[in-house]
Amino acid sequence: MIYLQLLYSFLQVGLFSFGGGYAILPMIQQQVVILNHWLTMKEFADVVTISQMTPGPIALNASTFVGMKMAGIMGAVTATFGCAFPTTVLALIVGHYFYKYRDMTLVKGVFEGLRPAVVSLIASAGMSILILSLFNVETLTLGILSHIDWKAVVMFAISLFILRKWKANPIYIMLGSGVIGAIVNFLIK
Amino acid sequence: MKYHKPNFEENKNNLNESMKKDFKFYKALFLSTFSVSAFTFGGGYVIVPLMKQKFVDKLHWIDEDEMLDIVAISQSLPGPLVVDASVLVGYRLAGIPGAIVSLLSTALPPLVILSVVSLFYQAFKTNPLVNAVLKGMQAGIAAIIADVVISGGIKIFKSRNTLSIIIMIASFCAIYFLNVNVIWVILVCGTLGGILTVTKSKKKVPKI
Repeated sequence: MIYLQLLYSFLQVGLFSFGGGYAILPMIQQQVVILNHWLTMKEFADVVTISQMTPGPIALNASTFVGMKMAGIMGAVTATFGCAFPTTVLALIVGHYFYKYRDMTLVKGVFEGLRPAVVSLIASAGMSILILSLFNVETLTLGILSHIDWKAVVMFAISLFILRKWKANPIYIMLGSGVIGAIVNFLIK
Repeated sequence: MKYHKPNFEENKNNLNESMKKDFKFYKALFLSTFSVSAFTFGGGYVIVPLMKQKFVDKLHWIDEDEMLDIVAISQSLPGPLVVDASVLVGYRLAGIPGAIVSLLSTALPPLVILSVVSLFYQAFKTNPLVNAVLKGMQAGIAAIIADVVISGGIKIFKSRNTLSIIIMIASFCAIYFLNVNVIWVILVCGTLGGILTVTKSKKKVPKI
């Protein structure tokens, strides 16, 4: 029965996909391409591309895509549930103990050590997006400056200025830069 | 807040008890986690500025440090970051019912969007207008993440805590330049923070 298979596969994806983002791609690929043949490798690559173009985590996007293809809306719901359920239970257990013990000196110390690391985590994810956006390349290399996209540089600078100066809602920045992107990259070009 | 009652019993339960769990509260929780999920373009960490704007700056449900703690916990769990973070915020504010509301509102946007897109994804993928919009959004998203990193970085430098500054710089180098798995960075930094607090509190008068 397809629903049970979807549930079982995506429970595993949800339970074993540590690290987030692209680190979990091999796990999803193993379940949907290699073990179950639900998608071809090309379709899987398409799912990755579409995930980059749509909001939401790639694991949930893949769940919906595969579920829809195999068993329609109910398949999508089943796969999404399978993917999100294990981590929800774990988050509840960990959250319960975190809120119970977070005033303890030891727990406080652990999280004081973690906060600067979380800032760095966000910074390194941001660096990758920044370089991709401004230079149209994946990683820092020599000669990167010849690829510079001045339109993106200007949009980045203006967005950052608005955010720093007026604490604008990030959603408006996203919508605004999307509209301006459509104008400068599509209409004018 | 309209229903705010001062509560001096226990600090950690302050928010939980002083906020009335009525329809209005769940509606606000649903809508805010829904919009965070609906705008997580460009990888999981975009949720940090989105959550900061909603939960910290606008609704004052949690503070910035607690938000970073939630991100650290979420990153240590399997599964999508945005699911863990939303469930933790929901649980923090309203227990299990809050967690369930957050889970539903977080899972809904990708479910709806991908269901629709999967029907005509070949056309979507190659559409030049869609690609132009996304190219523009990329620059905006880079700025949004830069903004939250600048705020967090300034806070840590201002704290004049040498260890925090070292952890921040070292973990950035480890993750960005050396591609170290983030799980290791979290384990090492958490352990370091724990050990240092314990040794410190043994030397001085123990803090409560």
